[in-house]
Amino acid sequence: MTELIAYGVVLGSIIALGAIGLTLLYGVLRFAHFAHGDLMTLGAYVVLLLNADLLPALGIPELKLGPLSFGGRMLGALVVSMAVTALVALLIDRILYHPLRARRSSPVILAMASLGMAFILRSLIYIIWGPQFLFYSQELRPAWELPLAVRLKPDQLLILVMVLCLVLLLYWFLQRTKLGKAMRATADNPQLAWVCGIDTGRVTAWTWVLGAALAAAAGVLYGIDAQLRPDMGWSFLLPLFAAVILGGIGSPLGALVGGIILGVVQQVSTAFLLPTYKPAVAFLVLILLLFVRPRGLFGGT
Amino acid sequence: MALLDVRCVSSGYGEMTILRDISLRVDPGEVVTLIGPNGAGKSTLLKTIFGLLRPTGGQILFEDTDITGLNPPALVRRGMSYVPQVDNVFPSLTVQENLEMGAFVRHDSFVERLEEIYAFFPALGLKRKQRVGGLSGGERQMVAMGRALMLDPRLLLLDEPSAGLSPRLVRIVFEKMAEINQTGVALLIVEQNAREALRLSHRGYVMASGEVRLEGEGSQLVQDEEVRRLYLGGRR
Repeated sequence: MTELIAYGVVLGSIIALGAIGLTLLYGVLRFAHFAHGDLMTLGAYVVLLLNADLLPALGIPELKLGPLSFGGRMLGALVVSMAVTALVALLIDRILYHPLRARRSSPVILAMASLGMAFILRSLIYIIWGPQFLFYSQELRPAWELPLAVRLKPDQLLILVMVLCLVLLLYWFLQRTKLGKAMRATADNPQLAWVCGIDTGRVTAWTWVLGAALAAAAGVLYGIDAQLRPDMGWSFLLPLFAAVILGGIGSPLGALVGGIILGVVQQVSTAFLLPTYKPAVAFLVLILLLFVRPRGLFGGT
Repeated sequence: MALLDVRCVSSGYGEMTILRDISLRVDPGEVVTLIGPNGAGKSTLLKTIFGLLRPTGGQILFEDTDITGLNPPALVRRGMSYVPQVDNVFPSLTVQENLEMGAFVRHDSFVERLEEIYAFFPALGLKRKQRVGGLSGGERQMVAMGRALMLDPRLLLLDEPSAGLSPRLVRIVFEKMAEINQTGVALLIVEQNAREALRLSHRGYVMASGEVRLEGEGSQLVQDEEVRRLYLGGRR
């Protein structure tokens, strides 16, 4: 059981990274970004391209990092992929969402446009990389025996550490920096932010950068833990939204907690039910919680 | 020289014209009140001056510079601030963060100004780290005014600053407006408490259905028979 909980925390932390970006985007832009899962997929495949093809071709060697299945080159590729995915998100915003906002389209129109973008991104990935499962590394690494009968692979521990670092970095950004505070202010009241002289266009751009970079990281970490499939991000979309709603829409802390709860509940349920029912269990928890707290765990004001 | 000079401005929402050929001025350090019935276009005028609505005609000058069509960030940099009637604070931010957002366009340190604001609104100084969403209506209004004062503006636009407050808080808000004015800030106020506001004001304008009907000194408008009958009669 503790092992399932540990796996659940790993899966949940990946869901959380995606959900935090989704909730930030919802807060500032006020629409449900359905292409978020496919930004995760894109981030994962960009790392594959860099780590398996581009960087070796440039003669950059892999730096082995102890017991991990990957090394320093992979971590470098992750950073580049976060930047590339952020740029792609900015480009999509410029050509698709920005014109719609300028025309004051309703949130439903924007959400549907993002759904279309989700299909486009996924199809492009199918065309370029094909439908088969791909792996960053085929090496098998033995799991470590940890206290409380928990068995985790070194890779999974690294995933937890990386999610923790990214979340702390984001927390620092939102609480301590001027731009981070402006982002929270814009999410609170966009009109008043404009009245204060806050450049809301710049805030919007940085929200895309953050959301997309976190999504890319989530995709890569899932790729490390499992495998790469063109529909991996799409299949994450429902848990992402469930985590956002569970935590309270617009609350990054809520998305983090919501993501981890969903991950744990899904994994633990496999002890009693077929794994196919995992999403159903997640939604049962969501519905039960919404009966008690209709605005989610951290939604309120 | 007028601080703010509104010349024959027309404005509205989309196809709907609300303001017709409005002209008014605010001199440096002056308090000017706009009174008139609901729907007269008072709030629309403030929004148009502050660049939230684009005028369909006329010209707006601030310190002899044409500011017609400039957006709020540009106007904030030039020394004008605006406090909306509703939703005028960031509820999930702390008091201090709200004030910091008021100084967003400043790139230097504004710690001194922050302390001046706390000295001006002592009640806020005790609640710096509290979320504004949990504060009372009066305290929120102080936060909203403090935020607008962070850049030390020369003109402050206030939309119904006493709306929805208890009589005691209304008095405090009016006292604070007088104090703000004593520091040299000119005020353009839209107010339902017309009598109180006119007493505080140097001059006032009476608006009705999108036009300026009367202009005069504050004390003179309070005495005016027609103004009394139409706008002051039923109210306190």
